[in-house]
Amino acid sequence: MSDAPSRNIDDTSLTAAQPLRRSERAHMHKSGDGWALSGALTVRSLPEILPQIEALSGDLVALDMDALDMLDTAGAYALVRLQKRLDQAQRRLVLARTRPDHAALLERVAQSLPKPDTVQQPPRSFGQIFETLGRKTVEMVRFLGALHAMLGLFLARLVYLIRHPSEFRMTALVHHCDQVGWKAVPIVALMGFLIGVVLAFQGSVQLRQFGAEIFVVDLIAISILRELGILLTAIIVAGRTASSYTAAIGSMKMREEIDAMRTLAIDPAIALFVPRILALLIVLPILGMIANLTGLLGGAMMAWIELGISPGMFLSRLLDDTSIDHVIVGFVKGPVFALIIGVIGCHAGMQVGGNAESLGAQTSSAVVRAIFMVIVADALFSVFFAIMGI
Amino acid sequence: MPETVIELRGIVNQFGTHRVHDNLDLDVYRGEVLGVVGGSGTGKSVLLRTIAGLRPPQGGSIRIFGQDALNCPESERRAIDMRMGVMFQDGALFSSLTVRENVEVPLRNLGGLDRQLRRELADLKIAMSGLPYFAGDKYPSELSGGMRKRAGLARALALDPEIVFLDEPTAGLDPIGASAFDELIKALSDTLGLTVFLVTHDLDTLHATCDRIAVLAEKRVMYTGTMQDMLHIEHPWVHEYFHGPRARAAIETLERNA
Repeated sequence: MSDAPSRNIDDTSLTAAQPLRRSERAHMHKSGDGWALSGALTVRSLPEILPQIEALSGDLVALDMDALDMLDTAGAYALVRLQKRLDQAQRRLVLARTRPDHAALLERVAQSLPKPDTVQQPPRSFGQIFETLGRKTVEMVRFLGALHAMLGLFLARLVYLIRHPSEFRMTALVHHCDQVGWKAVPIVALMGFLIGVVLAFQGSVQLRQFGAEIFVVDLIAISILRELGILLTAIIVAGRTASSYTAAIGSMKMREEIDAMRTLAIDPAIALFVPRILALLIVLPILGMIANLTGLLGGAMMAWIELGISPGMFLSRLLDDTSIDHVIVGFVKGPVFALIIGVIGCHAGMQVGGNAESLGAQTSSAVVRAIFMVIVADALFSVFFAIMGI
Repeated sequence: MPETVIELRGIVNQFGTHRVHDNLDLDVYRGEVLGVVGGSGTGKSVLLRTIAGLRPPQGGSIRIFGQDALNCPESERRAIDMRMGVMFQDGALFSSLTVRENVEVPLRNLGGLDRQLRRELADLKIAMSGLPYFAGDKYPSELSGGMRKRAGLARALALDPEIVFLDEPTAGLDPIGASAFDELIKALSDTLGLTVFLVTHDLDTLHATCDRIAVLAEKRVMYTGTMQDMLHIEHPWVHEYFHGPRARAAIETLERNA
């Protein structure tokens, strides 16, 4: 092969002439009237030699560059900076016997010295704090407005699709129902079961003190059917689904796929938002029911083990004493939570900009917002039902 | 004969059963600007990544600065890496840092430099790459594609490397920006004594900056030589590449300007 001769060249000239850069050192010593630099003045040797260079004194500083083997831009910058500073103090730095390539580098560095043009920010005044507050408030109002716009868009397209059913994307809807609903059944069922167990256990400890063990059935039934079943399901779905909606729509937005859809006369609202939000509207109440059932099951099991309330007794107490209103109250919240989660997820996806960080930021903020808004809505429902006396 | 800084012998690169490079030899000499051309899928970027140490080849030897770059201790490989800089296609800037902080990263890694000096050196590199001062405070996402490339170059040059790898430096730039970038590469390689390994599709860049051209075809470096040499090669792909309508236009413009 042809590698033999060139390897010889390497071994003789290259390794000998080019010691590893790690050992670079620069030296400065007195020479005649001025000073002389030797060694390698580079970014690696600069920290060591810089104090000596900066400390050069006298009205006319002469620096002999002949013995300097190596100069890089950092070294050249140090010299140019010194030259400039001395100039301002009406003193001079003369570089003598500079090698042509070093001179070219020095000139290049001197030419491209950056010119700072940034203005200093004035300190924050009292007024600015108010301004920031005002801006944040306006931003929040705008955000709420944008959420309503998204909700309105969804409803408008839904009505449009009812009138033009041929444009409805059934496959997408089924796919999202599968993703959001069917695949979430195990976690939702397990969560409901465990909540039932915990409630029964905690309730039994407290109620036993009063000899009112049987009321554990009411405790479990009311708290799960009315509040916890649907609320905790919505929180889990918000974490699972809002993030996946934002990530899916956001990455399409990032790669201009949504713009491409628009140019192809496909309405992103019909293609992306309606199937997603509708899927949530359909499956969230079902998931909530599943959580209710497994919650009651877990509660009944714990009541049997802990308090000796047999399943038959649990069932008859449940059927006799618990009003169907509780189930309805819980069930009514489902679609509202679904809308909140779906709208926030889709809206955050559309807010993604051109880079990957905004995708990550929007995804996590979508989850936080969705969970927060679900809890706020739940609180409003409680107030409403309390006033209505249901 | 000029000194060889990169010496590739018998390089084999394979993805599954697909062999991209088979017994590839290439020499890069100190101080030259080497342009690597080849059709899509001939493994130009793979070759760049192989030399830069991002992808170990399945066979062959790589010697950089006379040292075996494949079978050497980690610390020596790092020493070699510090003498090389890579500019990726879209800059590959760290998106959570400003441009100035990006350029400061290699300087910070080196240690020993105080904050102020590091900042000034970063500003100098940014200015030398032809970016305005305010670009240093910007985040990569706020810059145009051409500015990102320049910022990527500034970071690659932060430690004054001896070899710079440029992956499609002018792809996606407008003609004015592209020719400005060509001039920048030429000027920097002259004043800093850089060795440049350049992967490109751009015939104007080849004309304007490259001292030597290496053609990748049939899984190896088929030909190396100057632009003039390339015009007399009979290989069908090379002929088509350097005699196609685009090539003719590029050559004519250059001759008119000369």
